[in-house]
Amino acid sequence: MNVSSLSRISALLLRYFFLLRSSWPRLLEIAYWPTVQMIIWGFTSLHFSSASPELTAGGILISAVLVWDSLFRSHISYTLSFLEEMWSRNLANLFVSPLRSWELLLSLSAISMIRTLIGMVPAALLAIPFFGVSVFELGLPLLGFFLNLVFTGWAISQAVTGILLRYGLGAESLTWMLPFLLAPFSCIYYPLETLPGWMQTVAQFLSTTYVFEGMRALILRGEWLPNLLWHAFFLNGIYFIVGLSVFCLALKSARKRGLLLQSGE
Amino acid sequence: MTRSDTILQVEGLSKCFKEKWAVEDLTFSLPSGSILGLLGGNGAGKTTTLSMLLGLLEPSSGSIHLFGKNFVKNRHAVLGRMNFCSPYVDLPQRLTVEENLKVFAKLYGVKNAKSRISRLITDFRLHELMKQPIRRLSSGQKTRVSLAKALINKPDFLLLDEPTASLSPDVAKWIREQLLEYREQTGATILFASHDMREVELLCDQVLLMSHGRLIEKGSPLELIKKHEKESLEDVFLSLNENGGGQ
Repeated sequence: MNVSSLSRISALLLRYFFLLRSSWPRLLEIAYWPTVQMIIWGFTSLHFSSASPELTAGGILISAVLVWDSLFRSHISYTLSFLEEMWSRNLANLFVSPLRSWELLLSLSAISMIRTLIGMVPAALLAIPFFGVSVFELGLPLLGFFLNLVFTGWAISQAVTGILLRYGLGAESLTWMLPFLLAPFSCIYYPLETLPGWMQTVAQFLSTTYVFEGMRALILRGEWLPNLLWHAFFLNGIYFIVGLSVFCLALKSARKRGLLLQSGE
Repeated sequence: MTRSDTILQVEGLSKCFKEKWAVEDLTFSLPSGSILGLLGGNGAGKTTTLSMLLGLLEPSSGSIHLFGKNFVKNRHAVLGRMNFCSPYVDLPQRLTVEENLKVFAKLYGVKNAKSRISRLITDFRLHELMKQPIRRLSSGQKTRVSLAKALINKPDFLLLDEPTASLSPDVAKWIREQLLEYREQTGATILFASHDMREVELLCDQVLLMSHGRLIEKGSPLELIKKHEKESLEDVFLSLNENGGGQ
């Protein structure tokens, strides 16, 4: 990466920093949802802990909520930053500048990581005094789980931004829908065996399943299964290539159809 | 590069959308330091042509050479020497004028960005607007900021799509003066799409008249007026359109 690329990437980061600085609701929203989720699931966990202690052992519910949210936050942060360009009709200004597509994607990933950390770290820290659960006790594997889910989020985002380029703001609802489509198959709160056969088959193709299976093994049985994590990284590599391909094809199609100048509904 | 060098060479440029030709077989060249007016009514193909020259739209056929390079293949190598302003494109609305100029200066890798921004603030009388978010500006003020953004990297080639549309005559006149001054100072080449014939007559050295995606006439405003024995460029345009616009 040369100096010019760094300058262009930092220009976009500066743009998103200015945007967040100018709008306190946007800033508040970043930390608001993860914290609210953590509180709701924290109390749910407290309630279950007396009736069914095995359900909440080791703070599994709160940990699962926080780790799952890193996928959702990374995806939403990435896609919303891109949508900001569409909402403000600024996309053409970017595409006629020397900014390259990969620099745009890298900028979106960087801002997504920053926003995800701003959202997740306070929620994870608050869970310690509120409910006595610290996801940080998972140690280094937590980084592996977190990165895997963030990569899944980015892979989805690459495809979604491509679809937004091609179909305009009419496809905006995909931004919210896609992560929730994965959730039932991802075995966030229950083991893989709970799912019916056909859903288990689908789940085996999801990186998220391996992350949560690995996390459950670590929290409930103290068993560290690195194979599950590597499997998740491998699948994410494939998703990443697919997401990038969708983005590139959609950009090519948008350029062919003249959708970059007037990117709206 | 001398003033007579060709900065832009367009040959057989065409764009077809679902069997409808938006631009058909457009060929022209643009000498460095000139101001070219791309004239035509609604649907003439001006914006489509500009989009292709900006790399926002892929031509169906034909070639574009900018600064001696094949534009389709070397887009990123030349985009840093160009810039544009269009009513179809806004700047980030929540960012202030100052923040926008800072972001675009960084995006274009402008050296001494502070002094460049300061110069543009003076040229476009933006002092009092610097802390204002774009969304709070009037359309005239927005145009001034968009033009400041378009000049942030001191482009050698500036593309303007109806930059004075919806502006009052005094502001439009002032904008034209700024553009002429910029050309005088830098020797930049300007391509100006408009359907304001009077404006084009005042500003442009050369004119391309388009109708239904085709080039129907080209020359200097004076040449065209003389050739068609009319009093103004508008009369030339109307007479050509009445005669079928080259169809």
